[in-house]
Parts: sequence; structure tokens; C-alpha cells
Amino acid sequence: MAVLLEKSFPVEAGAYTTAGEASTTIKRTLKQLGISAEVLRHVSVACYEVELNLVIHSLGGTLTLLVDPEKVTLISKDIGPGIPDIDKAMTEGFSTANEEARTLGFGAGMGLPNMKRNATEFDIQSEVGVGTTITMSFALK
Amino acid sequence: MDTKRFHSVRLEGDKCRGCTNCLKRCPTEAIRVRGGRAHIIDERCIDCGECIRVCGYHAKVAVTDPLSSISRFRYKIALPAPSLYGQFKELRGISQVLNGLKQMGFDEAFEVARGADVVSRAIRERLKNPDLPRPVISSACPAIVRLIQVRFPDLIDHIVDVRQPMEVAAMIAKREFARKHGVDEKEIGCFFITPCPAKVTAVRNPIGHEKSAVDGAISVLEIYGLLSSQIRNAPVDITIETASDLGVGWARSGGECKAVSVENAMAVDGIENCIRVLEEIEDNRLRDLEFFEGAACTGGCVGGPLNFENNYVARSNVTRLSSRTPNPELNVDSGMMTKYELYDSSRILPNSAMKLDDDLIEAMRKMERIEAIYKELPGYDCGSCGSPTCRTFAEDIVQGAATQMDCIHKMKEQLKIMAQQMVNLAQTTRE
Repeated sequence: MAVLLEKSFPVEAGAYTTAGEASTTIKRTLKQLGISAEVLRHVSVACYEVELNLVIHSLGGTLTLLVDPEKVTLISKDIGPGIPDIDKAMTEGFSTANEEARTLGFGAGMGLPNMKRNATEFDIQSEVGVGTTITMSFALK
Repeated sequence: MDTKRFHSVRLEGDKCRGCTNCLKRCPTEAIRVRGGRAHIIDERCIDCGECIRVCGYHAKVAVTDPLSSISRFRYKIALPAPSLYGQFKELRGISQVLNGLKQMGFDEAFEVARGADVVSRAIRERLKNPDLPRPVISSACPAIVRLIQVRFPDLIDHIVDVRQPMEVAAMIAKREFARKHGVDEKEIGCFFITPCPAKVTAVRNPIGHEKSAVDGAISVLEIYGLLSSQIRNAPVDITIETASDLGVGWARSGGECKAVSVENAMAVDGIENCIRVLEEIEDNRLRDLEFFEGAACTGGCVGGPLNFENNYVARSNVTRLSSRTPNPELNVDSGMMTKYELYDSSRILPNSAMKLDDDLIEAMRKMERIEAIYKELPGYDCGSCGSPTCRTFAEDIVQGAATQMDCIHKMKEQLKIMAQQMVNLAQTTRE
């Protein structure tokens, strides 16, 4: 089914002051569309995690929301630095968050596992020096 | 009257000047100014009373029950909210308020703080269940419960299914009075002395159960003058002060957290602050949080818009009183936990007033049009169009409740173009 709604949000690296704004707007949009509470909850958690990942770990990127009658899709695409070992990054408790992020309470190493747990489908592609793309979809039915 | 649509918060049309104060402060974007006057969108209003507080023309009012309405019942019981104790500066004891109420014509005064004692115990029990989604959210502030229905439908499952202290107090008060005096419970009327409109609405149109055990809600302001004159010569009698300090403490923000006695509890007051924290809960950012107590009013119930005293003074009065009463433990005998209906009997449902359309595809189409219109708006969020923000204005246009020319900036642009066209026309016709 064709995508009926698309919204993109640029996310800056290290921009802690605005971190979470894209997620708040995405949540508002989904509530206005009347997405069910259950799906909303999963999207909220995954969306905030992925937005924070862009802020903490990437060199900047874009978060895109796609909605079609079957599913909600979130795509996070960054411009680097890329993940050298994806299996390791997907392990609970593994984190490369820096001191600044840890002081702010991040870096528990639950980000990617949490996203995977909440999404119906989860895909991660990464190349060092190029960037990472995470695609998550959430079935509406 | 259709009770499902009942709202305590109303507009007195002739006093309204059509300014933007209430428009900007409404947490559910439920107000629009049309034709020079504010209008409340019933489906969205959560009766928090923010608009009553900010209206400089006193055009926003709370509909409450008059004191005279107690005569509907043969026996009348007053249910003073603990925040009522904070309204009097020179109080020598809570019993003065209870005795003062009796002097005013009530047959009995039963402390809502005693209901809070029982509710605190019930919540403690609920918190022992590890299967309840965390954080467990307090159900005490009806404006917050309604806010969650409208803006955070995905957090409804977190709301604890324990009834409010005033409901529990009314049930106990009626039962005890009926037994003591050998009368029928149907002849007894319980009247909550309320600090806020949200409780008035909760009495008429309860959430989580069909019918309220409370028969009416009289505002603190309505009885303040009469009660304060009665209090002056009301006796102190500590034997009738039976609620615990913890129950009385529910009057202020943080009181409930203290009474449910759980590690990792958070008390938030002020509706905008509550919204910020609820957003975080929704994102699962507060993973260790066990219990969330949210109060729509600054300071908690002592900050209710129908109180007389300002919330800081009231708060300190309550603190002083509850540190003086000699009841440090919750006053609950275990029989109470089974004797009364303490828990909700129906599920809390989401309120879909923010939804653009019942049909998802149609909603997406509308969303797209909203985006397109919004891009063309100046983004000043000035409110001159009568909608609270440019964003909501775009929504209103798509929903057919406004037109582009309601935006004065758009109108100016249009006038400029028309003026230029006139000049052009004048020049071409001269030749």
C-alpha cells in the first residue's frame, strides 16, 4: 500500500537541548491519526531511543516517519561514523556512550535491543565511514 | 441533563472580551475565540480550571452546588477536603473546622483525609503486584486522569484502579452515620467541600465507576465566609480528629507519595509540568519509577482555583497542622479494605477528541493538508485568529472550523496584493 504520510526531522549530533523534540512531534502526529494505544506505546519507546542514538552516537542524521494503512515506519539515517560490529552493538549492556552522555543517564546499552523489542520488524545496516540506517516498522493490525 | 457532557468549567459570555489568555493556557487546546468570544470545546475540556485562573475578566467560572442544596436530604454530611484546613491562618486544630461545619447546619463532618488513609493502604497493596505497568499513576486528580484520556491514551493502563478519597470517605461516612443513628443511607446526603472544578465534574460524571457516592460538591469559596466566622468560636476536640497526618498530607503535592510509602515515587504539580513528565513516562525514560503522583494545580489541591487562600500560605498551614496532629500512622482497620468498594468497576477509556478522523486514511489526508496550510502560516502563534497556535489554526481550517482569512497576517498579505492590483488597474485605465 502506498505511503500516505511522510515527515522528516533532522537531528543534530550532540544537541541535548533539543533531544526528544522529534519524538514528541511524532507522537502527537500519531495520536491525531488515532493510532491505537498499544502501537503508540511501542513507537514512543523505540522512537525516543533512536532519536537519542542519533544525538549521542552519530555525526547527525534524519529521522523519518512514514505511515500507511498497514503500518507505521521509522527510519533513522545518519552520516556516520558507522558501527564496526553490529552483533556486539545489539548486545544488552554494551554501550560506547561517552562520559557526557553517561552523566546524563544514557549509555545503559539498552538502546538497540529496546528498539528491536518494540518494533514488529527491525533492520539495521551500517558501514564504517559511511553511516547507519535503522528501519523499524510497527504493524497497525 | 446529559451528564456525559457535564462540565463544571463554563463561560459567562457577556464578561468575555475575546482576549487570548485562556486560549494560550488550555492544556488540551479546548478553547477557541470566535465572534469575539471564547468557546469551550466540550469533548476536549478536562475541567482543570487553568482558564478560570488566568481570566482577568472573570468570564470563566466553575458551576458548583450552592450550600442551600444540602436541604434536599434529611441528613447532611460535610466532606471537607484536607486542603480546606489550609484556608484558615489561626486554626488551633482540625476539629475546629469539623465543628464549624456542624454549626453551619451539617449533621456530621467526615474527613476526606480518612478516605485518603484507606486509599493510601489500597494503593500500597496494588503496588505489591509486580504485573502492574510501572510507574503506577495516581488516580486522585481527576484533571490529570482526563488529561491522560485526551493526550496520553497509551498510559491509561498505568492509572491505579483505586477510587478517589472523597468517594471512599462518602461510602464510610454514610455507612457509619446510618448505623450510629439507625437511619436509611438513602436519606443521607454527602457534600464534598471542593477546591476545584475537576472534582465537581468527577461527582456528576465519574470515571471508573457508574455513580458517585458523593451527592454534591460545594466550593470552598462558597462557604468560606460563613465557615470562618463559625470557626472563631468552634471548640477544639482532638478526639474527633481521626485521620492520620499522612491522610491530611494529601492536601499538598507529595502527600500521596509519602502516604503510599514507596521508594522511587515522584510528585509533580502544575499541569504543564505533569505533561512534560508524562511525555517522559511514555518514552520509557523513567525506568525505575514506581509511582507517579500528578496534580494539575501548583502545590497540589491547596492550589485549587476554588480556594480562598493562596497555595503557598495554604500549604504551610497544612504542614503546620499535620505536624501537630498526633496521628502518624494510617488510620485503617483491616475490615475497611473489604467492606467498601474501593476499586474501579469499569475501565477508563481513551478520549478521542484530538483525533482528526475516525478513518485512518481520511485522517492521513487531513494531516497532509494541515502540513501544507501550516507551512504557509507566519508561525507567530499570536492567537488573533482565535485558535491557540498556527498549528491548531491549520487543523481548524481543515476541520472546517476556520478559514485562512481569519489570520490577520494572511489578510494583510492579501490586502497588499489587492492594493497593488488597484494601482495597476488605475494606471492601465488612465492611458
